[in-house]
Amino acid sequence: MREAPGYAGCGGHEGGAGMRGDAGMKGDAALLLLADSRLPAGGHAHSGGVEEAVRLGTVTGTGDLARFLRGRLATAGLVTAALAAAACELATAENDAEDTTDNAAETVADTTPGSAPGTPTRSGSAGREPGATRAPEAPHTDGAADGAALWRRLDAEADARVASPAQREAARTQGRLLLRTARPMWPSAALDTVARALPEGPHHPVVLGAVAASAGCTPRQAALAAAYTSVTAPATAAVRLLGLDPVAVHRLLAGLAPALEDVARAACASLDDAVPADEESDEREPGQHAGRHSGHHPGHDSGRQPRRNAAWPTRWHALPGHGAPALDLLAEGHLTNPMKLFVS
Amino acid sequence: MGAHHDDLHDPAEPHGRALRLGIGGPVGSGKTALVAALCRGLGPSLRLGVVTNDIYTTEDADFLRRAGVIDPERILAVQTGCCPHTAIRDDIAANLDAVETLEERFGPLDLVIVESGGDNLTATFSRGLADRQIFVLDVSGGDKVPRKGGPGVTSADLLVVNKTDLAPMVGADLTVMSRDAAAVRDGKPVLFTSIREDKGAHSVAEWVTHMVDAWRREHRRPHHHAAPAS
Repeated sequence: MREAPGYAGCGGHEGGAGMRGDAGMKGDAALLLLADSRLPAGGHAHSGGVEEAVRLGTVTGTGDLARFLRGRLATAGLVTAALAAAACELATAENDAEDTTDNAAETVADTTPGSAPGTPTRSGSAGREPGATRAPEAPHTDGAADGAALWRRLDAEADARVASPAQREAARTQGRLLLRTARPMWPSAALDTVARALPEGPHHPVVLGAVAASAGCTPRQAALAAAYTSVTAPATAAVRLLGLDPVAVHRLLAGLAPALEDVARAACASLDDAVPADEESDEREPGQHAGRHSGHHPGHDSGRQPRRNAAWPTRWHALPGHGAPALDLLAEGHLTNPMKLFVS
Repeated sequence: MGAHHDDLHDPAEPHGRALRLGIGGPVGSGKTALVAALCRGLGPSLRLGVVTNDIYTTEDADFLRRAGVIDPERILAVQTGCCPHTAIRDDIAANLDAVETLEERFGPLDLVIVESGGDNLTATFSRGLADRQIFVLDVSGGDKVPRKGGPGVTSADLLVVNKTDLAPMVGADLTVMSRDAAAVRDGKPVLFTSIREDKGAHSVAEWVTHMVDAWRREHRRPHHHAAPAS
C-alpha cells in the first residue's frame, strides 16, 4: 500500500517527530466510544449477512467465519470506510465553518455595542444571542453549495454502492438509529444538517463519518471505525448463532487488526486520490498548511481540517465501489427467512 | 458551541405524548395474550399503538393482527438479534424509533404498549423507553418464582400472575405466590388473572386506565409548576 500523501484531511501524522512514544491523537477516546459495541445505536440486531450464511450452511465454524470476515472487510468494509472518511471530512468542514461563523458573530457583537439583538452581523448570519432563532435554511456564508444537498449527494454515492435493496434498507435503519443516539452525545451543525437532509435515514457510514467528526475524530479514525464495525457485528452474531467459542472468534478479530488499519489507510488514500491534495491546498489560506507537518495539535487543531471544497461532490464518484454479490444475495435471502433473529 | 440545534431525534417531551407501557416476562407467560386483551378492552376508549419485540421475526405481531383487536398498521415489530433484554434495556434505539414512528403516523396517541421478547427474571425496561412497566408471570412456572425475585418481579410497577385457572393442575399455591410477591415488592400491586377466562383482563385494563389518566393529568397541565403562591 502506498504511503498516504500528507493530506491533512485524513488525520495528518500520528505521533510525529518530537513526540515521545505513542502520543496518540485527538479523538482517540471518542473513537473508542464510537466503535464500542455497547454504543446504544441498534447495531446489536444486525448480523451483516451472517445469519443467512449460517442458515445456508456457508458459515459453520471459525474457519468459515474467518473467510467471511476477510471478504466482508475487503469489500463492504473498504467501501464503508471510504464513505465514512468522506463524510467525516465534509462534517468537519461544516462544523468548522459553523464555529467560525459563530465566532465572527460574537466578535462583531462584542465590538459593536450599538447593535441590537438579532441584528444581522458582518458575516450575514442571523443573530446568535441566546434564544435567537435561526432560519433552518440559512445560507452558508462561505459560498459553498447548500449543506443538505451535499449530504444527499454523499448519501446517493453510498446508495449507488449497495446493490441489494435489503442491504440499503438495513444501512439506512442503522444510520437513522446511530444519528438519534449520537445527536445528544455530540451535538453539532453537521449532524443537524444530516438529519434535516435525510429524514428517512442516511446510510450508516455517512452518519458514522459525520458523528466521528462531531466527536472530534479524524477521517482516518472514522474509516477505522467503519472497517471495525464491518467485521465485529457479524463476528458477534456468529458467536450467538453458532455457539462459537468467543475467545476463538476474538482471536480471529485480533488477527484482522492489521488488515483493519490497512483498510482505513486505503480508504483515506482513495479519498486523497478522489479529491487531490493540490486542489485542496488551493482552497487553503496561507498558514493553514502548517497543520500538515506539525502533527498533533493540542487544542483547537483546526489547521488539520480542510475547508469546504465545492469540488468534493464531483469527486466522490471515484471512491471505492467494490461489490460483494454474495453479501447482496445473503441480504435478500435473509428477508425471506421466516425465523430470522437479526434485522439483517 | 453557539449554534442552535434542532434536536429532531431527541425523545419526545413527556408533555402531551402517549404513556409508554412496557410489558415483559418469561416466554409463554401470556404477554402477547395480555396485550391482545388490553387492546380489546381499551381500544374503544384509548388511541393505541403496539410495538412487539419478537424472538422470531413477526410471530407476536402476526398473532395480534390475526386477533383483530387493533388496526394492523398500528403494530410495529422490532427484531432483537438474539438479545431481547438488550433491546429494551441497554440499547433501546430501535424500540424508541418504532414508538416514535407510531406516534408520528397515528398521533396523538394515548398509550403505546411495548411488548418485550420472552426473557428471564432479570429483564426490565429502561426508563428511557417505558414510563410504566408490567411484568407477567404464570402459575405453571411454579409458585416459588415470586420468592426468587429478580428485577422484573421486584421493580415492575405491576406484577401480573397469569393462568390462575391452571393452578390446581400444576399444584401452585396462589396464596404463597401472593404472600411472597408482596414481601419483595414493597407494596407495589400484584394482580392474578386468567386471560383465557377473562378475555379483557379487566383488572389489568383498569390499572392501565388509571396510569393513562394520571399521565394525562401530570403532563397536560401547562405551567402548573409556575403558579404563584398567593
